[in-house]
Amino acid sequence: MDLLTNILAATVVAGTPLLLVALGELICERSGVLNLGQEGMMLMGAVAGFIATLSTGSLAAGIVTAMLTGLAMSMLFAVMAVTLSANQYAAGLALTIFGTGLSAFVGAGFVGQSIEGFEKIAIPLLSDLPVLGRALFTQDLLVYFSWLVFAGVALFLRFSRGGLVLRAVGESPGAANANGLRVLTVRYLAVAFGGAMAGLAGAYLSLAYTPMWTENMTSGRGWIALALVVFASWRPGRLLLGAYLFGAASILHLVLQGLGWRSPTELLAMLPYVVTILMLILLSFDPVRTRLNTPLSLGQPYRPGH
Amino acid sequence: MLQLERRPEASTTLRWLSPLLALALTVATGFLLFLGMGKDPIQALTFFFITPISDLTGLAELGLKTAPLLLCAAGLTVCFRARIWNIGAEGHFLIGAVAASAVAVSVGEAGGFLVLPAVLLAGIAGGMAWAAIAAFLKTHLNCNEILTTIMLNYIALNLLLYAVHGPLKDPYGFGFPQSVMFADAALLPALINGTRLHIGLAFGLLAAVAVWVLFARSFIGYQLNVVGEDHRAAAFAGFSARRLTWFALLVGGATAGLAGAAEVTGPIGQLVPQVSPGYGYTAIIVVFLGRMHALGIIAASALLALTFIGGEMLQIAMNMPKAVTAMFQGMLLFYLLTCDAFIHYRIRFRRPLPAGLSQPAAPAGQEL
Repeated sequence: MDLLTNILAATVVAGTPLLLVALGELICERSGVLNLGQEGMMLMGAVAGFIATLSTGSLAAGIVTAMLTGLAMSMLFAVMAVTLSANQYAAGLALTIFGTGLSAFVGAGFVGQSIEGFEKIAIPLLSDLPVLGRALFTQDLLVYFSWLVFAGVALFLRFSRGGLVLRAVGESPGAANANGLRVLTVRYLAVAFGGAMAGLAGAYLSLAYTPMWTENMTSGRGWIALALVVFASWRPGRLLLGAYLFGAASILHLVLQGLGWRSPTELLAMLPYVVTILMLILLSFDPVRTRLNTPLSLGQPYRPGH
Repeated sequence: MLQLERRPEASTTLRWLSPLLALALTVATGFLLFLGMGKDPIQALTFFFITPISDLTGLAELGLKTAPLLLCAAGLTVCFRARIWNIGAEGHFLIGAVAASAVAVSVGEAGGFLVLPAVLLAGIAGGMAWAAIAAFLKTHLNCNEILTTIMLNYIALNLLLYAVHGPLKDPYGFGFPQSVMFADAALLPALINGTRLHIGLAFGLLAAVAVWVLFARSFIGYQLNVVGEDHRAAAFAGFSARRLTWFALLVGGATAGLAGAAEVTGPIGQLVPQVSPGYGYTAIIVVFLGRMHALGIIAASALLALTFIGGEMLQIAMNMPKAVTAMFQGMLLFYLLTCDAFIHYRIRFRRPLPAGLSQPAAPAGQEL
């Protein structure tokens, strides 16, 4: 029983950064913009958040700095991909390569330093539930915050006018423009949200998951999140499920080792990536379904006629 | 009011000027950055761009690092021209290195002129096999190649780590995760005696020539171009997108796999975990910077090779983090894409029109 609780709790922790960054990317893609720069924005968020917390001693300062850094990075992307109509694949890749380099450069002097990370907070009553109590309701603040963001995103997309606007822009920017919607503004906002969330997800890694900074500490999570959005067919509910599934996959090797599996670490460490490919296969072999779910204008730059 | 307006025709001048502009902007930003860090910017830029290539040894080192970049970039050019977004050169490179090392280690001290070709072929085959996975996933299971190739890169890295910690580990290596040193028969001959430069650079140049021939003289190159420009037109013409995807990815795997093999049989002489400082990823920048053209990628490979050596130089001489390399590379690509926007668009100054009036819409669509 204790083991199960521990595994579930670790799954939630491992799934949280994925959930955060993927929720941002979901909104971004729903507006028709594919930002492959998640990994770069996460890394910048992680390093900026860590440095801010280290120098001020405040976790809140770290979080805010990380989100602003992610946002600033995403604006670089937006200028290229939204305003200048650059190829979104290339611009996103550029953002990842740039963010990886810049974060390593900025963080070089901070490797090996440590901070007090986020502490677990037990929610009264709920945390007394058997098994789930400790797994779900004895977590750090950011885990709870990720649920709030999830609920916000789900409700926004489903019930708000803003959500309708966002979806309209993503499905048919031309029609949206003809109806007086500001396509580029909506896309800028969506990209900005994605950037802030990626920054936050990065900060989760450097302030809560492992309170320190190491080069490339995201180890592909930004890319996994992109696969996760495809896996979720661009729907928040499935995204939540998917994030924890991927979270479970990423701690599977620890669990197996804990159970006494004597398999080489390096082979077990491949598992999250193998699982990601398997998920992609499962979800993509029906091209018709994939096409129906994909926001219609995804990846297409839009230039309103002046 | 400043407005972005589509040019009636793409500007050829800017197409070739853009990389130079991007380089100038990168250098200028680097200048400001070093100044902000309290370092002497002139000195730092000299160490970065000039000192490394001011003697024969330096030039040889430049060639040494140009070789893997050029090989990877040649293969990626074939993919990117057809808009197949293969991000997997890093993985192909690593698997190529592991496969070549496996053969080199198992041959051991046995000599003979067949050893080296066998080792290199193993590298090529390894890279191709790794690329074939992505090709199969794309053509038969409809998986996005960006995501699969990235995931395969991480898997390849873990396979490499497994190899040096497990089956290929030197049993007498004092526990270091690395293979034995390869026998002489498995090592690439030097290109210039007395330097580390080996014939891997010749492979790279040959690959660039092959790319030129492919796109300038062959039907399959033409088909790849058409698929990249307009996949519907290609489908109407009866070109098989599936066959072309396989072709492009296998070529990409072969060249990057050869690059990996040439790295372990060239300067390193054994399999180590740090066999690639990210050549496969940097090669993506090379392809964009080199305008997907044979001559362009040769020049771009040399420039990006310089950023690797320049970064090391700055680390030694001015105690700066080695990551300055990756930052410069990222900046370069960023500026390049921004400058590239002006190949197709131009900025016009225009007074805002009275409300209710609008100008005819510019034609939609874009090219890279």
